[in-house]
Amino acid sequence: MNYFLYNILLALTWMFLTGDLDFNNFLEGFLIGFAIVLILKASSGETKYFSRIPKLISFIIYFTYELILANLKIAMDILTPTHLMKPAIVAIPLDAKTDLEITLLANIITLTPGTLSLDLSKDRKTLYIHAMYVVSAEETIKEIKEGFEKKLLEVMR
Amino acid sequence: MDFIIISLLIIGAIFILLSGIGLIRMPDLYTRMSATTKASTLGVGCVVLGTVLYFGEIGLISRGIIIILFITLTAPVAAHMIGRAAYIQKTLLWKGTKFDQLKDKYDDSTHELK
Repeated sequence: MNYFLYNILLALTWMFLTGDLDFNNFLEGFLIGFAIVLILKASSGETKYFSRIPKLISFIIYFTYELILANLKIAMDILTPTHLMKPAIVAIPLDAKTDLEITLLANIITLTPGTLSLDLSKDRKTLYIHAMYVVSAEETIKEIKEGFEKKLLEVMR
Repeated sequence: MDFIIISLLIIGAIFILLSGIGLIRMPDLYTRMSATTKASTLGVGCVVLGTVLYFGEIGLISRGIIIILFITLTAPVAAHMIGRAAYIQKTLLWKGTKFDQLKDKYDDSTHELK
């Protein structure tokens, strides 16, 4: 994450030098800083950071999209008189290993409406979630694993 | 710009209202948690974003981003804890619940997963 710090510092320097302290200018500075860090680091081996930033941005967009979609789904259920939901508690096998990965995954699952992480097994391999729209256990597991977990691990690793 | 700000504020308010209605409409604790914690996160996020865009100062924007970041980090943690505590207390699941793979997995005396 060191590069991220350099990037921010360069952006701040840009802001002070141009004397314009608003958000657009920060974005400009960040982009220019990103290019500078990219050029400076082009020769050395470490390139993880540069593939991470676009992935992070696409992850945030994907997450926001899912968040809005799921919110609308729940909104429908709240506003219509019948309950369309089929809730269940599902055990999800995890690929995420470290504390940070598991915490982020559990948080993201809870943030998406309709799913709520309940507990993690002691060997840290299974996450129990309460999901509101379950067709079958396999379906839900597939959704989580190929959606959020895969994308999150791409960003983290 | 005004149009974006107004729609963000209205959408945020609608989501918060929906989560309030959801709290009453949903049949059991888990679905209520599902309906409220998130709708309010998105709602608060939209309202904060709208406010920040209205003022458009760097200090406010950074604070707004931090507020959204911390809400998204902390709200789910509270939800986990309430959900887990409720399950250990054997809070009943709604009768329409299809299956429960967590059943009988808790050790009753230590509250640890087997």
